Formats: sequence, structure tokens, C-alpha cells
Amino acid sequence: MSHLSLDVAHLFAGSLVLVSFMLLYQDRMFGLLNIFALHAFVVSLSVAWQAYIQFAPHLYITAAIALMVKAIIIPVALHNIIVRLGIHRTIDTVGSIGTTMLAGIMLVALSIMVMLPITAEAGTLTREDLAFSLSVILLGLLMMISRRNAVSQVIGFMSIENGLILAATAAKGMPLVVEISVAFSILVALIVIGIFLFRIRERFDTMDVHALQRFRGGHP
Amino acid sequence: MNAFEDPLVYAILLVPMASAALLALLPDDRATGRLNALASFVTFLAASSLFFVRPEPGSFLIVDDVNVVFIVLNTFVAFTTSVFSASYIAHELETGRLTPAYLRFYHAMYQTLMFAMNLALLANNMGLMWVAIELATLTTVLMVGLYRTPAALEAAWKYFILGSVGIALALFGTILVYLSARAVVGEGLDAMAWNVLVKNAPAFDPHLLSLAFVFLLLGYGTKVGLVPLHAWLPDAHAEGPTPISAVLSGLLLNVALFAVLRFKMVMSANAATLAPGPLMVGMGLASVLFAAFMLHRQYDIKRMFAYSSIEHMGIITFAFGMGGPLANFAGLLHMTYHSLTKSAIFFSVGHIAQIKGTQRMASIRGLTVSHPVLGWGLVLGVMSIVGLPPMGIFMSEFLVITSSFARQPALAVALGVGLLIALGALLLRLNGLAFGDPEGGDAPSHASYVPMYAHLGLVLAAGVFLPPAMVAWFRYVAGLLG
Repeated sequence: MSHLSLDVAHLFAGSLVLVSFMLLYQDRMFGLLNIFALHAFVVSLSVAWQAYIQFAPHLYITAAIALMVKAIIIPVALHNIIVRLGIHRTIDTVGSIGTTMLAGIMLVALSIMVMLPITAEAGTLTREDLAFSLSVILLGLLMMISRRNAVSQVIGFMSIENGLILAATAAKGMPLVVEISVAFSILVALIVIGIFLFRIRERFDTMDVHALQRFRGGHP
Repeated sequence: MNAFEDPLVYAILLVPMASAALLALLPDDRATGRLNALASFVTFLAASSLFFVRPEPGSFLIVDDVNVVFIVLNTFVAFTTSVFSASYIAHELETGRLTPAYLRFYHAMYQTLMFAMNLALLANNMGLMWVAIELATLTTVLMVGLYRTPAALEAAWKYFILGSVGIALALFGTILVYLSARAVVGEGLDAMAWNVLVKNAPAFDPHLLSLAFVFLLLGYGTKVGLVPLHAWLPDAHAEGPTPISAVLSGLLLNVALFAVLRFKMVMSANAATLAPGPLMVGMGLASVLFAAFMLHRQYDIKRMFAYSSIEHMGIITFAFGMGGPLANFAGLLHMTYHSLTKSAIFFSVGHIAQIKGTQRMASIRGLTVSHPVLGWGLVLGVMSIVGLPPMGIFMSEFLVITSSFARQPALAVALGVGLLIALGALLLRLNGLAFGDPEGGDAPSHASYVPMYAHLGLVLAAGVFLPPAMVAWFRYVAGLLG
């Protein structure tokens, strides 16, 4: 594999981590949607590049799905949902942005320290992509726990999924990647439909997941 | 690897799939319940045939000694639950809690769930198993939210988010296992097939496998409902239709545990990896103790038995984590008895909630006086689930404790304490529910008591006399689990 193709793969995977950080500090709903579309766009570029350098044409399908579903359809659908359900346009965070970013940096350091030593035999491309994808997954988890509203939790989940797609394509020759990405798209589509159908705003009068707690059982 | 050729195994998958499509289209709401039961029965027959024929493993499907037990248990409980479901749903239609359109959806989802669970158990490919478990999660999420009350929607949403994060983590673990296998087996489907993985595991990179197992245990452990990943479980059980609570507790938790066990077998075959046992023992024990204390502060009858499921999944995970032939044997037995008993309890709870019109335990009293058949069924079920002799669960719990006493006395004592605390909570509640002056509503119900008493009868019979052939079979499988 030439240096250039490695470098480009590295560039895309690294950019994905960077975009994950950008997701962390968004405090406006529409800004978050735009950055997520960028996230999905970067992951589809990355997958397409992997398809090209691994001579694996089926990965182009995965890239196309990522581009169509997650970079275009879902952001547009979420945009409409936010407008139609009249969801608050600002995002409630649990900690301050600064603390969250620091925690994010520590998570990236952790994933590099965990992944690089144990994947020494797996080849440069795989080990770097795995370290990056674990970072994206952990940052996505961080986003899910540091945000209060359902839409940003869903976006956090979808960024985790992008990290997983990156890992699956980096594991060269892995079977069923396309099937798994289709299964994931169905999951994501259902989550988005869920927001709309369940009409969380209408039923609970708020998208704040905390308010849902009042329906917990256990009190007489 | 060759193609997989056995019509009976395909029947286990195709019958639920075809009937799901059919049930989604049939407008008649009287026949669909029966058709659902019939389809489940045919699937059960096809699954039972696996005791006699053993097809060669293919690239995507496999029938081996480990999954036969799971699949027969799965299809059997699915069948009895579908019989219970027919009578339960008839009542829901009459009271107007469900409309015919939702009913069609419910039946189609029920069969899709059966398909997904059977596929997860039969898969010879860890990617395929992952997709199947994801499908099972999605169908149960849709069914938990079926009643569309705010509480049901909250439960479904919580289950959705936690379950999705769980399976996302499990996928990362799966990718890591593939990477460790790829270096030895080479690229392609072989590096994801269970039979190839277990055979070649000694040569895999132990560090990658260890890291993978942490992700897999957290991921699939969420679906098993192990503490501290259990938050979705009580809500999902309490708010969904009761047949789904029975299927969730009795079957889906087992399927997720089966996934953990498959990976544990790979781990055990490689001596240099992190030992999977202590992690599983720790999470199992935490689940037992946590659930035992939580059982004391429940007010909703279905939530209470959901916590009891967390407790029992904890016991089973504890047993498998201990490992060794005896503890694995006890774990397998306990899993079987728990599936049968817990679904029987949910059958009775379903009818009780319909008759009384509430799930609040404070409003339910004196069931053995007002509804003797149902009330005594509940008494028998609770006696069984807390582990009183002569029911089968007494034997399996006894085996779990004695087998761990020899190796880790402190842990065995802690487990025993957990079991006693849980026993206290459940018996205390049972006293109020079953005895005293009848209280609460008295709606008519078309209860079918056959599935409930069939399950309890089986557990009782197994507690009194376990056929030697079954003992030999379970012992053999326990040996394989390592």
C-alpha cells in the first residue's frame, strides 16, 4: 500500500475525530444537525477511500448508504421534526462545555493508549483506524450522557454508529459489513421515526429526557 | 465451507417469517391468535427434530450440542406463550385497549421476534448473530410501546436507547474478535464462524480477545439485564403486553446470555487471555444482590417480577462465570427452570392484572379465595421462583451454591444471602396478593390456565425426578462450555 493512500485514509479518520469534537460543543439544535451531516459525509468519504484502496467494491454501497441516509435524509427529517414539533432550539448540557471537551480529550488519549499497543501486528492502517474509531465511539457515548434532550442523544448514538462503520471497514476483508450497515440504518431510521411517532414533545410536553422520569414506577 | 442443507433447520426460520407476513395481512382478529399458536407449534416441532438429526455446519447456520438446548427451550416457551397470548389478547380486544390494527401488528411482530431469536441461536457467524439480536431488540421495543400510554412510550424509548448502545458496543467487540481471528484463519467468512473460531482460538492474539470480551460483555450484558446495565428491564417488563414480558424474561435474556457464552467459549480456549469468569461472577453477584434489595421496594406486580428476572439472570451468569462442569451444569439447569417458571408467573400475572384492572399490588388481595385456580398457580410459581423444594429451581440453586462453595466460599455465602433476601421479599408480597379477604376488581377473563400449569408441572417434575438421559445431556453440554 502506498504512502499516499495511507495518508489519505489517516486524514479522513482523523477528521472524523475532529468532527466528533465539534459535535460536543454545539449548543444550537440546527448547528448540531449540520455538524452531524458533516460527520456522516466524512465517514462516507473514509469508507469510499477504503473501498478504493482495499479493492473492495461492496464497501462503496456502505459509503453510499452513509451518504444518502445519514448525511442527507436523516438531518433533513430531524430538521422538519424540530420545526413541526416546536422543539427547543437550544441544547441543555449537563456539565460545562469546557469540562466535556477535557473529558473528550482524555477519552481520545485513552483509546490511543489502549488500541495502539495491542494491535501491533494488525498493520498500520487497521491499528490507526481502530484507535480513531474507538475515540469516535467514546466521544459519542460522552455526548449521549452530557446532553439532556432526546434529539442530541440520537445524534450521539448515530456518531457512535459512524465510528463503528469506520472500524468495520478498517478490519480488512470483514464479511457482512454491508448487511450490518443496512441493519444499522434501519435502526437509526426507526429511532428517528420513533421521535416523530411517539411525539415525545406532544406527550411529555418536553424533549427533556429527565422529565420522562416522572413516569417511573415504584411509587405508590 | 459447504452450503447448509437441512429443510428442518430452514423450517425453524422460515415458518416464523412466513407467518409474520401472513399475520400482518390477515384481517380476521379471531383466527390470528390461533394461527400464531399453530405457527409457533410447527416451529417447535421442527426444533425438536434437531435432537435426532444433526446437519453439518454451514457458513451461516450451525446446529451443535450447545445451541440445541437453547433452541428447543426457546421454541417451546414461544409456543406456550402464544397459547397464553391468544386468551390474553382476546380480553384486551374486548376491553378496547388494543384495536384490530394493533393486533395484526402485534402478531406479526411476535413471529418476527421468534424468527430473530431462532436466527441468533442458529447463526454460525458472529455478525449474523449480531444482526439477529438487533432485530430482536427492535421488535421488542415496538411491542413494549404497543399500548401508547406515556409510561409505555417512556419504557420503549429507554429500552431503545440503552439497547442500541449495548448492541453498538457488542459490534465493536465483534469487530475486534474478527481482527484477532483474521491473522490466523485469513480473511472472509471463516474468521467469523463459531466452529472455526473455537477450533483456532489458541492461536489468536490474547490482548485483542481480552479487549473484545470487555466490549462484548458490556454490550450483550445490557441485553441480559446485568447490573449496572439493567435500567431498561423493569420498565420494559412492566409496560408492555404481558405475553411480551414472558417472552422477554423467559427467552430474550437467554438469547443474549447465549451470545456471551459463545464468546466465553472462544476466550476459554485461549489460555493467555483475560479470564472471563471473574468478570461474569462479579456482574452476576452484583445483579443478585441489587435485585434482591430492590425487590423489597416494588409496588407494581410486573416490575417486581422483572427485578426477580434480573436476580435470576445474575445467578445464571454467576454460575457460568464460575465455570467448570458442575457450575455450568447448574447454570444450564437454572436457565431452563427459570425460563419455564418465570413465563408461567407472567401468564398468571397477566390474567390477574386483567381481572383486577390494575398492576398495583396494594389493590390486589386474596386471589386464592376469589380465583382459586389462578391464585394457587401464582402461589406455586412464586414458591418455585424463590427456590423452595421440591421445585426444580431449589435443586439448581443448591447446585450453584455448593459448586461455588468448594472454590470461593465467600462468594457462595454472598450469593446465598442475596437469595434469602429475595425470598423474603417475594414471600412477603405473595402473602398479601394470595391470601386474606379478596379485594380489587373482578372483571371476567377468558383465562387459559393450561400453559401456566404445564410449565409449573414440568419444573415440579424435574425437581422430583430428572431423567438420566437429560442429566447426561446437560452434563455433556456443561463440559463443552469450559
